[in-house]
Amino acid sequence: MREVELLIIGSGPAGLCAAVSAASSGAKVLVLERSFRPGGQLIKQTHMFFGSESQYASHRGVDIAEILLKKIEEFGDRIEIMLNATAVGFYEDNVVTVLKDEKEYFKIKAQSVICATGAYEKSLAFPNNDLPGIYGAGAVQTLMNVYGIRPGNRVLMVGAGNIGVIVSYQLMQAGIEVVAVLDAAPRIGAYLVHASKLARMGVPILTSHTVKEAIGTDCLEAAVVCEVDDKFRPIPGTEKRYDVDVMCISVGLSPLNELLAMRGVEMKYVAQLSGYVPMRTENCETAIPGIFVAGDASGIEEASSAMAEGYLAGLCAAAKLGYEPADFEQRRQAYLKQLEDLRSGPVGDRIRAGMKISRL
Amino acid sequence: MFEKTGVASREMVMTKFPSVERINKGPVAVVECYQKIPCNPCQTACPAGAIQIGDDINNIPERDENRCTGCGMCVAKCPGLSIMIVDGSKSADTVEFRIPYEFLPLPEAGETVTGLDRAGQPVCKAKVVRVMNPPSFDRTPVVTLEVDRAYLYDFRNFRREV
Amino acid sequence: MRITQHPILTFDRGKEINFTFNGQPMKGFEGETIAAALHAAGVKVLAKSPEKHRPRGFYCAIGNCASCQMVVDGEPNVRTCITLLKEGMKVETQEGKGKIK
Repeated sequence: MREVELLIIGSGPAGLCAAVSAASSGAKVLVLERSFRPGGQLIKQTHMFFGSESQYASHRGVDIAEILLKKIEEFGDRIEIMLNATAVGFYEDNVVTVLKDEKEYFKIKAQSVICATGAYEKSLAFPNNDLPGIYGAGAVQTLMNVYGIRPGNRVLMVGAGNIGVIVSYQLMQAGIEVVAVLDAAPRIGAYLVHASKLARMGVPILTSHTVKEAIGTDCLEAAVVCEVDDKFRPIPGTEKRYDVDVMCISVGLSPLNELLAMRGVEMKYVAQLSGYVPMRTENCETAIPGIFVAGDASGIEEASSAMAEGYLAGLCAAAKLGYEPADFEQRRQAYLKQLEDLRSGPVGDRIRAGMKISRL
Repeated sequence: MFEKTGVASREMVMTKFPSVERINKGPVAVVECYQKIPCNPCQTACPAGAIQIGDDINNIPERDENRCTGCGMCVAKCPGLSIMIVDGSKSADTVEFRIPYEFLPLPEAGETVTGLDRAGQPVCKAKVVRVMNPPSFDRTPVVTLEVDRAYLYDFRNFRREV
Repeated sequence: MRITQHPILTFDRGKEINFTFNGQPMKGFEGETIAAALHAAGVKVLAKSPEKHRPRGFYCAIGNCASCQMVVDGEPNVRTCITLLKEGMKVETQEGKGKIK
């Protein structure tokens, strides 16, 4: 059985920042990544990020992944990223079982663990929602921005949160027509600057609308949408049909953290954070000492917060292992301040409420 | 309405524009950021210190029309592409706009394009004056267009005519 | 269906890879997943559901949802949205749950 000091599960923005942070304090880090490439969902983000310089604002997500991976290289063998390695179990004695390359199965015993496993896209229930041509918005983003392949010719986007609006814009950048963006909520959930970018391209954003049904035999051929009232009930007679070969579902993400539940950390359903999340201290440490969480696995937020949490969790996990730098408290306060700033505005209301509920 | 459509009203737009006197003096930034979100690259990018956000990164940026030189450093840096430069010093009949445009193919200088408003509806013709895409803009090209003054508060985007 | 010009990205496609889909010869590129290469060739139906035999395409593209499972080189339940294409691969539509050899 392999023994490691610090095991980080996931190499997205939170995991990579945690690795950099912990290694800069002196810890030896192993990062597990289930995909064949590191970077998580950063690798498909072609837009410039919000936030401040500390979270690489104004850089494109794809480039932030490069920046972080270059930093990781500088630490030499203090950070190892193991690709094609899925953590499939997490046990009481801090043993994590790993499936490598879909065939090799082995155990890793870690002194400390940071779970940075991210999130998954939710689906939406409507007749024929399983037709090929209906995808998660993030999946379409992967197809076009990672592989350079168009999902189709005409797209209906369901969900006007940041992902829905950003992916719509990126579809247009790839030369694909977006017929409309709809959302059941009465207001646009995305940052309004993103919505305005799309609106001035002539894409209508239809709030208080939902999908009534998808139409098609083998693949999606059309979608019927309708208006909803203030209780989200469909309003009869408001149906509209769009002939589209692609529908993207962007109705939110759920934290992906089954490993922590399996390990037995205290979890709680927190609607503001979009699902079950681990209870944790302000240092991102769960109810089991030495086990940390960072990024979307601890609640759905922006990538900027995931990076700040990663830096914080990495710093604190390393300190617990005995690698406490002279400027520990200064750095810790700086990361806490970044998180506070990112969450302090009106768009952070929900997150702040969720943070209170999930605080140990 | 803005929160339902993403299209800012004329009243909202007017609050972000500097005075016509200032516009007629030379280029100046219009920062169309209406919502408090955690973001400050415009402040960091401004070499003149003309865009201030302050201590709270969620504050809405304030542009000082007297300090702003209209250099345009903020245009390609704004993650929300919410900033444009207007310049009314070139002619009594037209205004020059500098707007970010992240689509291919890029227009060419001299080309006539269709000017669009904030809802993407055609409102006027516009003439492309210049296309800038240096490495420092990091793949957010900035297009300068000449537009009839009558559309000062309407023009916001363009599409190429095919 | 491949994007050739993009304002932000450049796509450095690897070398060409030959594979078959239900016996038909197909081409993709090194570094692409099976589902991506099939999509580029216009193939969206990857499987049929176990009970009602409804068509299935991929949904999440990160190996999470199981909607893209196909039979690859005789092995069923391969998540084609995260499995890289290899020269000579035999890819087949999966009918139902598939049989483990």
